[in-house]
Amino acid sequence: MSLNEKRRVFLKGSLAVGALGAAAGMLTPGAVLAAWNKNAFTAKSVDEAIAASNGNPVTTPSKDITIKAPDIAENGAVVPVSVVTKMKGVDSITLLVEKNSTPLSAIFHLPKGTLPDVSTRVKMGKTGDVIAVVKANGKLYSARKGVKVTIGGCGG
Amino acid sequence: MAKTIKIRAKAKNGITVVKALITHPMETGMRKNKKTGKLIPAHFIQEVVCKHNGKEVINCEWAGSVSKNPYLAFKFEGGKKDDAIELAWKDNTGNGDSISAKIR
Repeated sequence: MSLNEKRRVFLKGSLAVGALGAAAGMLTPGAVLAAWNKNAFTAKSVDEAIAASNGNPVTTPSKDITIKAPDIAENGAVVPVSVVTKMKGVDSITLLVEKNSTPLSAIFHLPKGTLPDVSTRVKMGKTGDVIAVVKANGKLYSARKGVKVTIGGCGG
Repeated sequence: MAKTIKIRAKAKNGITVVKALITHPMETGMRKNKKTGKLIPAHFIQEVVCKHNGKEVINCEWAGSVSKNPYLAFKFEGGKKDDAIELAWKDNTGNGDSISAKIR
C-alpha cells in the first residue's frame, strides 16, 4: 500500500467515527425532550435552520413584520428583540441570529388566540442581522434587522 | 419550587399581556472556562410552555443563544382578572420548574 492509499484509508476511518459521534450526540437530548427540534437548532446556516424548523427554506420578505431591536447593542450577550406582525392566522414565529454558529435561537408556537407579538432577549456573537420568520396560513414570511454589536455575546 | 420564575400577567381590554423572567445560566456549550480552558457543558432551556386556565397559549423552543436569565413577553386574547396562568420550563439536562399565578 502506498502512502497515499494509507492516507485515504485513514481519512475514511476518521469520517466514519465523526458520523458515529454525531449520531450518538443526537440521541441524548431527544430522549429527554421529544418536541425539541434538534436538527433545526444544530443547523449551521440560516437556510438549513429555516428548512429544518419550518419545512422550507424559502421565505417571502414582508413589510408587515416589525422587528424591534437596538441598532447598536453594547452588550451582545443581551440583545432585546421583539417581533410583531399584523398578519392573521400566524402559527409560529421563528427567531434567528444570522452570524451565530447555530443561527436558530427560538421558535414560538402560537395557538389560536395568541397574538403575533413576542419579545425575548438573545445573544449575538458579532454584528449581523436578526431574522424573523413568520408562518401564517401555511406560508413563510420573513424580515431582517441589522444590529451592530460592540462586544460579542458568545465565547466570553 | 418555582423560585426560578417570575411572572406577571395583566388583562386589559380583552387582551392579556404576560411577562416572565426565568433564572437560568443558559450555557451554549461553546464557551470555555478561562482558567482550565475546558468547554463549559451546554445547559439551557429548551422548552417553555404557558397555559391559561389549562389551555396552552404559547409553546416556545429555545436554543442556547437565548440570553442568560431569559425574558419572555407575549399577548393573548381573552383572559380576565383572577384567571389561572401557569408557566413551565424544561432544560437540556431534564431539569425544570413551573409556577402558577393569577391574572391581575
